[in-house]
Amino acid sequence: MIEFKNVSFAYEKGRSVLSGVSFKIEKGEAVGLIGANGAGKSTVMKLLLGLIRGEGEIYVDGLEVKKDNLPEIRRKLGFVLQNSDNQMFMPTVCEDMMFAPLNYGLTRPEAEKRVDAVLERLGMTELKYRHNHRISGGEKRMAAIATVLAMEPEAVLMDEPTSALDPCNRRAVINTVKELGQTKLITSHDLDMIMDTCGRVILLSGGRIAADGPSDQILTDRELLEANRMELPLSLTPRP
Amino acid sequence: MNKMETALHELSEMDELASRSSPVHKLGPTAKLISTIIYIAAVMSFGKYRLSALIPMLLWPVLLFQLSGIPVRTCFYKLRIVLPLVLAMGLFNPFFDREPMLYLGSAAVSGGVISMLTLMLKGVLCLMASFLLMATTPIDCLCASLRRLHIPKMLVTLLLLTYRYVGVMTEELAVMTEAYSLRAPGQKGIHISAWGSFLGQLLLRSMDRAQELYSSMLLRGYHEHFHYAPMKPFSAADGIYLFGSTALFLFIRFVDITRILGSRFVR
Ligand SMILES: Nc1ncnc2c1ncn2[C@@H]1O[C@H](COP(=O)(O)OP(=O)(O)O)[C@@H](O)[C@H]1O
Ligand SMILES: [Mg+2]
Repeated sequence: MIEFKNVSFAYEKGRSVLSGVSFKIEKGEAVGLIGANGAGKSTVMKLLLGLIRGEGEIYVDGLEVKKDNLPEIRRKLGFVLQNSDNQMFMPTVCEDMMFAPLNYGLTRPEAEKRVDAVLERLGMTELKYRHNHRISGGEKRMAAIATVLAMEPEAVLMDEPTSALDPCNRRAVINTVKELGQTKLITSHDLDMIMDTCGRVILLSGGRIAADGPSDQILTDRELLEANRMELPLSLTPRP
Repeated sequence: MNKMETALHELSEMDELASRSSPVHKLGPTAKLISTIIYIAAVMSFGKYRLSALIPMLLWPVLLFQLSGIPVRTCFYKLRIVLPLVLAMGLFNPFFDREPMLYLGSAAVSGGVISMLTLMLKGVLCLMASFLLMATTPIDCLCASLRRLHIPKMLVTLLLLTYRYVGVMTEELAVMTEAYSLRAPGQKGIHISAWGSFLGQLLLRSMDRAQELYSSMLLRGYHEHFHYAPMKPFSAADGIYLFGSTALFLFIRFVDITRILGSRFVR
């Protein structure tokens, strides 16, 4: 479904953020992309979505990420931004959720039906007509996820979906993520969340892939994590 | 809440005011838009000394405030930043135009004072009319009706996005003023020496965020075409409203009610 072939990228000349990154994600896989702050996790997402261009090749569903393919590729990928305030720009949750379906040619009643179905599934029908600036941070994150699900994407990309959430909202997001059937690529340094939601982990460090394998193998490897400025997930930390 | 946050909060409240329900809210956006344009044109077309004839124009906004249930207080509160600017427009007239125009008792009132007051009143009336339009019509309905009036798509989308981005900018501004004031305790506002870098930062940060917002639109299939809410067809109520308001404006514009009333009572 998603493939990076020897991808390198630098925002400024001489300061490479990614160098020679390669990985492949199969359909239906749930992959956690972890790494310290500034490791380049968000950059991987942006490259994948064609928001920035680097060297090397990136494929989504067999399509190379390049200008002509962008509309088709973006339609397959649902991206939940790290900052939900930047994701939602319509006055109400409902209108925000209808934005993508309308752009993809659905009629208003069809789009609204889809909105209802997604809200129903996430158990948040009461948010439908709420104003985006009037809902709490946790609700906003859930609403942002809902706007993306209303696109019915084939893969869901999430950039730090649990950042800045309280434990209860964090749990709600995790439960929602777990239930998604799509291919998932989730960046985070919330390793407990990754442990909960992803079967596979890719560890980015210094612009390279430091490890790639099953979560229970990588996330339990204290030495590996600490060498890359990460810590064991709390749930695995031995207590005295 | 600091000052900026309040301002921000208010801005977002416009969306909410607009989504309330009242007879005025229920009217079609196109009728309201055209009526407002005619109102503003009528107000602006009054001669510069015709203060007394202009006063009855107040009738319309007062009526709309009543019908829409939007408090006049809210209007002036929200407009308090632009209001002084509008009022300042005519401030120099009294200095240039000193010919006495009329006598109140033994005091002479110069043409300059009259024209200043006229200009101020015109400004306030136009502001009130625009505010009422914005406060009773959701922005995307307004944009949809602008499109219907064949205003170029570019301009309308620009208007819509500006409306959204202004929110983004005030939000950044709020965060920055807060960060600044925390490190400059006891200082009122932002010291002039910091303005340059402050504004630069503000611009960069708003641009970053605007960029993200725009990517978020692109990623959800946006391409130059905005899907506005469907327009209700132009209803009979809309027609009556538009016709009635226009008739009233023209009547006030061309019949000097104040003078007629005045000549009745003062002989
Ligand atoms: N727009 C940008 N311009 C220049 N440098 C950037 C930009 N965005 C990110 N960077 C730099 O690229 C590196 C990787 O950033 P990012 O992918 O956002 O990291 P992460 O999401 O893993 O925290 C960081 O060192 C960051 O400073
Ligand atoms: Mg990031």
